[in-house]
Amino acid sequence: MTADPVAASIPPLATYALRLGDDALVLSHRLAEWVTNAPQLEEDVALANIGLDLLGQARTLLTYAGEVEGAGRSEDDLAYLRDEREFLNVHLVEAPNGDFAVSMARQLFFSTFQLALLQRLVSSTDPTLAGLAGKAVKEVDYHRDHAAQWVLRLGDGTEISHARMQAGVDRMWPYVDELFLGDEVDDAVAGQGAGVDPALLRPEWDAYLDAVLDEATLTRPEGLRRPPGGGRRGVHTTAMGHLVAEMQHQHRSHPGASW
Amino acid sequence: MSSDWPLWEVFVRSRRGLAHQHAGSLHAPDAAMALRNARDVFTRRSEGVSLWVVPAAAIVASSPDEKDAFFDPAADKTYRHPTFYEVPPEVQHL
Repeated sequence: MTADPVAASIPPLATYALRLGDDALVLSHRLAEWVTNAPQLEEDVALANIGLDLLGQARTLLTYAGEVEGAGRSEDDLAYLRDEREFLNVHLVEAPNGDFAVSMARQLFFSTFQLALLQRLVSSTDPTLAGLAGKAVKEVDYHRDHAAQWVLRLGDGTEISHARMQAGVDRMWPYVDELFLGDEVDDAVAGQGAGVDPALLRPEWDAYLDAVLDEATLTRPEGLRRPPGGGRRGVHTTAMGHLVAEMQHQHRSHPGASW
Repeated sequence: MSSDWPLWEVFVRSRRGLAHQHAGSLHAPDAAMALRNARDVFTRRSEGVSLWVVPAAAIVASSPDEKDAFFDPAADKTYRHPTFYEVPPEVQHL
C-alpha cells in the first residue's frame, strides 16, 4: 500500500478489515489518553476497559487484514509501521478528545454505529468477521450504554453540564456523515455477504441518537456539516499526524522490542 | 465534581449458588452509574455473575467503641458450638 491505500491490487476484504481495525485502533488510542485524566478514578478504569476492548478488536482485524493481503504484514507492522496516509479510519475517531462531554459524544456516535454494524456482521459469510462480531457485539453494547448514560446525565443535568454536552454533540456532529459513506470496497465485500453497506445503518443510528438526545434534552444539530472525510482513503485531519507519531514512537524507537 | 459523588459499597457474587461478598467501594453519581463502575472496577477479570451496589451511607455498622460489649461475651461460651455431640458413624458429609 503506497500511493493509493485502496489500490485495486489489494483484496477488498483486506481493505475492509483494515478500515474497521483502524477505527478501533485509533479510538483505543484516544481513550487511553483519558487514563489518569478522567473525572474520577472509576471513569479512568471504565474508559481504559473500553479502549482495551477496542484494541482487542483491532488486533483481530489487523491480523486478518494482513493475512488476506498476503504480503506478510503482521498486526504490529500494520499498527506501528504504516504512515499516516495509510491509515483508513474515519475522522470521527481521530478528532482530539476535547473535554469529557466531547469524548462522550464521540463514544455515543461511534459505538451506536459500531453496534449496528457488528449486529449484522455476526451473520457475515466470512467466518473471521462473524467470529469477531460475535465477541465484540457484547463489548460494544456496553460501550454504547456507558456513553448514553453519560450523555443523559450531562445533557439533563445542570445548566453548565447541559451547555457543555450540547457543545460536545455539536463538535463531533460534522464527522458523522463519513461513517455511512460506502464505496467500491464496501460494495464488493457486501456483495460477497461478508460485509455491510454502511449506508444501511443510518436509519437505526438516527433512531437511537434521536431517542438519547431527546431524553437528554439536547438538540440534534442541523447544518453542521463538512465535506465528508476521506479517512477511508487515507486522507486525514491534522490531529492524525500527531496521534500516529505518539502511537508509533515507542515501537519505532526500539524495533522488535518485546516485554 | 468528584467530591460531590457519594460512596457505594460493592458486593459481588462470584458463582451461581454462592452469596454476594463485599468486594470494595467506589464513587458514582447515582445507582445506575455505580453499577456500571462496579462492573468495570470489580468484574473485569471475570470475578462475578451478579453485582449489588449499596449506598455506603445506608449501611448501619457496629461501632468500634461497642466492640467489647458486642463480641467479647461470646468468646468463652464454647457450649454454643456444636462440639459436644457424638456424631454417629453413619452420618456422612458433615
